[in-house]
Amino acid sequence: MDYQDIELLRFTTAGSVDDGKSTLIGRLLYDSKSIFQDQLDAVEESSKSKGFDYVDLSLLTDGLKSEREQGITIDVAYRYFATPRRKFIIADTPGHIQYTRNMVTGASTANLAIILIDARKGMLEQTHRHAFIASLLRIPHAIVCVNKMDLVDYSEEVYDTIVSDFKAFSSKLGIKDIQFIPISALNGDNVVNRSEKMDWYQGSTLMYHLETVHISSDHNLVDCRFPIQSVIRPHTLENQDYRGFAGRVDGGVFKPGDKVKSLPSGFVSTIKTIELNGEQITEAFAPMSVTMTLEDEIDNSRGDMIVRENNVPEVSQDLEVLVTWMSASPIQARTKVVVKHTTNETVGMVKELKYKIDINTLHRIEAIDKVEMNDIARLSIRTAKPLFFDAYKKNRQTGSVIIIDEQTNETIGAGMII
Amino acid sequence: MSNYVINHLKELESEAIFVIREIAAQFENPVLLFSGGKDSILLTHLAKKAFYPAKIPFPLIHIDTGHNFPETIAFRDELVEKLGVKLIVGSVQEAIDKGRAKEETGADASRNSLQIVSLLDTLEAYKVDAAMGGARRDEEKARAKERFFSHRDEFGQWDPKNQRPELWNLFNGRKNYGEHFRVFPISNWTEMDVWEYIKLENIDLPSLYFSHQRDCVVRDGVILANSEFIKLKEGEEVVNMTIRYRTCGDMPITGAVESEADDLVKIIEEIATTRTTERGGRADDKRAETAMEDRKKQGYF
Repeated sequence: MDYQDIELLRFTTAGSVDDGKSTLIGRLLYDSKSIFQDQLDAVEESSKSKGFDYVDLSLLTDGLKSEREQGITIDVAYRYFATPRRKFIIADTPGHIQYTRNMVTGASTANLAIILIDARKGMLEQTHRHAFIASLLRIPHAIVCVNKMDLVDYSEEVYDTIVSDFKAFSSKLGIKDIQFIPISALNGDNVVNRSEKMDWYQGSTLMYHLETVHISSDHNLVDCRFPIQSVIRPHTLENQDYRGFAGRVDGGVFKPGDKVKSLPSGFVSTIKTIELNGEQITEAFAPMSVTMTLEDEIDNSRGDMIVRENNVPEVSQDLEVLVTWMSASPIQARTKVVVKHTTNETVGMVKELKYKIDINTLHRIEAIDKVEMNDIARLSIRTAKPLFFDAYKKNRQTGSVIIIDEQTNETIGAGMII
Repeated sequence: MSNYVINHLKELESEAIFVIREIAAQFENPVLLFSGGKDSILLTHLAKKAFYPAKIPFPLIHIDTGHNFPETIAFRDELVEKLGVKLIVGSVQEAIDKGRAKEETGADASRNSLQIVSLLDTLEAYKVDAAMGGARRDEEKARAKERFFSHRDEFGQWDPKNQRPELWNLFNGRKNYGEHFRVFPISNWTEMDVWEYIKLENIDLPSLYFSHQRDCVVRDGVILANSEFIKLKEGEEVVNMTIRYRTCGDMPITGAVESEADDLVKIIEEIATTRTTERGGRADDKRAETAMEDRKKQGYF
């Protein structure tokens, strides 16, 4: 195995108190030998001082003092582990409705979502919520883990009922790839090692699935989008005329020699070189950070976008977005905000609040006068200057915005362009 | 793998370069906090790649505790010279002399927490609005929840309960006058990633990271280098050992590991089989279970 040649998979877990999420993560870390002796010692000591008679693996994922005092996770925590096949980043988020914004944050960068269901309880309101957030954020893959199978006698029937209930619900959501796995996080059944107690289950273990799910087509490889972060001008004798456009590819495949168009100017040119640190790159695609030079002298700057001549994003000052509200202060129509999109930033006005979505039932609530923390709502925003964007379902990078409070500078909303 | 996949080290590199470029674009007076450790050396390397063929467009700040390994200082000066980048040194000794900080006493005295004063003073003196550092989320539990762009109030403090949400790759660096940001471009790297990348890119490191002979003192199970900054306690003796360092802080608090690993390949092998965390040898983290969280709230790195 060559460690240098493995892929990175980012996944998110959402869970509420008692559904075994922390135990599952503890199990993945423990069984993949990503836990060090001093960490284990600390957890053992902590378990003992709390009067537990077993080592509570869930303590491995406890973070801040304030959280430990309350015995809950209030924020997104990031965990890391690697196997010979892949490196993983877990965005570990709380699952309760009041932490919807944290779940959305964790989901925004994930390739995959693990949705946990307690086998004894079946589909709950929170299962709907977690599945809905995964679909809203367009996480390409989902794994539904039916957990605590040990507490239902490893019953195939219980599992089958939950799977069909979930399918009935998720058909409305449009998640492309959903897998189902019966597990016991506590005992390790079907997590890393195959369960001997569920011969009726022919599928793969959770770890095998995480290691092999096909993620290379998760990025948009069709629509070329290169938002410019900054212009590199060395001002040295040997590089007098060098003008490189620094940025990260958000979509498509760029090659030297390609005819490209620059937005908003509309000027057309040809890519001269794509490079990084002086090394020439023959093809640049998402999520690569590169520096691009063009054949013609075009006065691009931060916030501009390089695209293909015949495939341009939408250019408009009017956005229709589904937002998750992140701030304790509600928002009303006619509020002025700052909108950040790719490397662009502009002021905008929330023109209209269209409806809220009840994330437990997926029903629309019309005629609303404000949007509050953790709400998911559709807004119309008018920006002071045009943005170059795609629908979020087409491209998660060029289709997303964050909304910032002009006075406090806090990030108050996360928006997906419809 | 299809042709349009990059491996995880390239993806982490790409993410870090994106963040470094965002810092340069969003702030007026960004700096790179350079400790002389491998993470800040890696960060400097990534910054060089981000802006090539231009030079790194911000200075490096080094907080000199006066208790550094001489190897660290020599390495720092050489690197700065090679990159043609500006170096600002903030001195803890100076802060003590001016009465801004008070030296700890006793055999376990360290200047680790005194760095906070010098750091905040230096950031203020240079009107720094973004200080990037090489901290990683896998290092310590208080760091697992740290943002890439971490907002600090006008007193330099971190409020873990009131962090800005960070979504997609949209980083909000807006702030009020007097406030600043700490930014951590290699948040998502693990110790193994750092070493693998150092090997891949052939990055020079101070000799401290490789196996060598040194006079040491073993204190509470931690192997410390014997130096003028350390006072022997009763019953302690100086032993010559074959060691190397996994992290590099101040001489009196950085624990070494006994190791024969004298090149990158052997170091990576050693890390792959090691059973303790990198900071397991840091006496500064052992003071209390929440030592890092407490220091971070006050303005530590």
